[in-house]
Amino acid sequence: MTGIKVHGNTLSTAAARVLATLYEKDLEFELVPIDMRAGEHKTEAFLALNPFGQVPAFEDGDLQLFESRAITQYIAHEYAPKGTPLIFPDSKKMAILSVWTEVEAQKFDPAASKLTFELAIKPMLGLVTDFAVVEEFEAKLGIVLDVYETRLGRSKYLGGDCFSLADLHHLPTTHYLMGTQTKKLFECRPNVSAWVADITARPAWKKIVAMRNTH
Amino acid sequence: MVLKLHGLSVSTNTARVVACLHEKDVEFELVLVDLFACGNKEPSFLAKNPFGQIPVLEDGGITLFESRAISSYVAEKFKESGTDLIRHESLEEAALVKVWTEVESQQYHPAICPIIYEFFGKPVQGLEPDQAVIDANLVKLEKVLDVYETKLSSTKYLAGDFYSLADLHHFPYTFYFMKTPWGSLINDRPHVKAWWEDITSRPALNKVAEGMTFGENQ
Repeated sequence: MTGIKVHGNTLSTAAARVLATLYEKDLEFELVPIDMRAGEHKTEAFLALNPFGQVPAFEDGDLQLFESRAITQYIAHEYAPKGTPLIFPDSKKMAILSVWTEVEAQKFDPAASKLTFELAIKPMLGLVTDFAVVEEFEAKLGIVLDVYETRLGRSKYLGGDCFSLADLHHLPTTHYLMGTQTKKLFECRPNVSAWVADITARPAWKKIVAMRNTH
Repeated sequence: MVLKLHGLSVSTNTARVVACLHEKDVEFELVLVDLFACGNKEPSFLAKNPFGQIPVLEDGGITLFESRAISSYVAEKFKESGTDLIRHESLEEAALVKVWTEVESQQYHPAICPIIYEFFGKPVQGLEPDQAVIDANLVKLEKVLDVYETKLSSTKYLAGDFYSLADLHHFPYTFYFMKTPWGSLINDRPHVKAWWEDITSRPALNKVAEGMTFGENQ
């Protein structure tokens, strides 16, 4: 019994990143729902788990963690022999994987999250999309995806020859964007388009999409 | 074979890696990239980093970019020498270092980076700083520092009672931030101030600081 708990919800991109990792590793866990509309992520109880008041928060026995990319890395290392390998034992391959997880964090996500908020989240909350912001960040995302197009012409996945955390970290925001006008940026780049189709077809990811549809 | 680091001493992101190399007592060669002559846009440089940014590390057959990936690589490869930055012998400590390096990356950096860019980066290009951008990000930075103040009242450093990569990653941008008019954000928070004074007393960070000369002629 691993005693893994994830405090969050399936709609959150950061929480989904962690859930995808747990499913890839075939790990048992409990999802503790956090009702963000009711401000549950700002309560004292939750702030004790994540002082930044953001989902997800994570527990594995006595260990308490936050920041989705720290959690996924912990899971991938601690449970390396289980399920899908998400990191590489070879140190040079691991270094390359680490480069592309940083690219996701520093280059892809700032633009992709902004677009996800404007085009996918705001409509869900009944708010108005700011199309000037959309235009600005689609331009930024396009530059990043040009680099990805070249990279994916040389390497089957971003992190290397196999699916890894570097690819997985992109799943939640990419999935949302493929349901918006921004999908054109992915579809017009053949290598990127093939990569998106591949990673979003993974059974672990499909489980999360299915969970969203039943909650 | 000696590591080659392509970058500039004044650059925050280059300094992040240099700090790590000094902490680990690792020898390296700094290969200067002339940003003013757009050396970072040359095909030979783009072949190393398709985003055209410094720093880039070459170690034998591999080429790495993104400063935090490089510093993690150095901290891991040389984990048996110099300062222990990643706490590899303790699962819990290693995981907490990862949490607080992500905090720097996802919470601290997005607030402090625009301030440094507006205050130092724009004048170098002959542009006017946008005070509205600075003000908005000072508000964000204060909220992050409030969390740090609480955390540092219960642990000596960010990830625990041990110095780690998580603290080191804060050095370059904070160093320049203390040369702006808004250093009180650090100095008015007693635990944050004590933490900052502690880490900046480290020989490795003093060595890096010698090359970080932005703001000295302003």
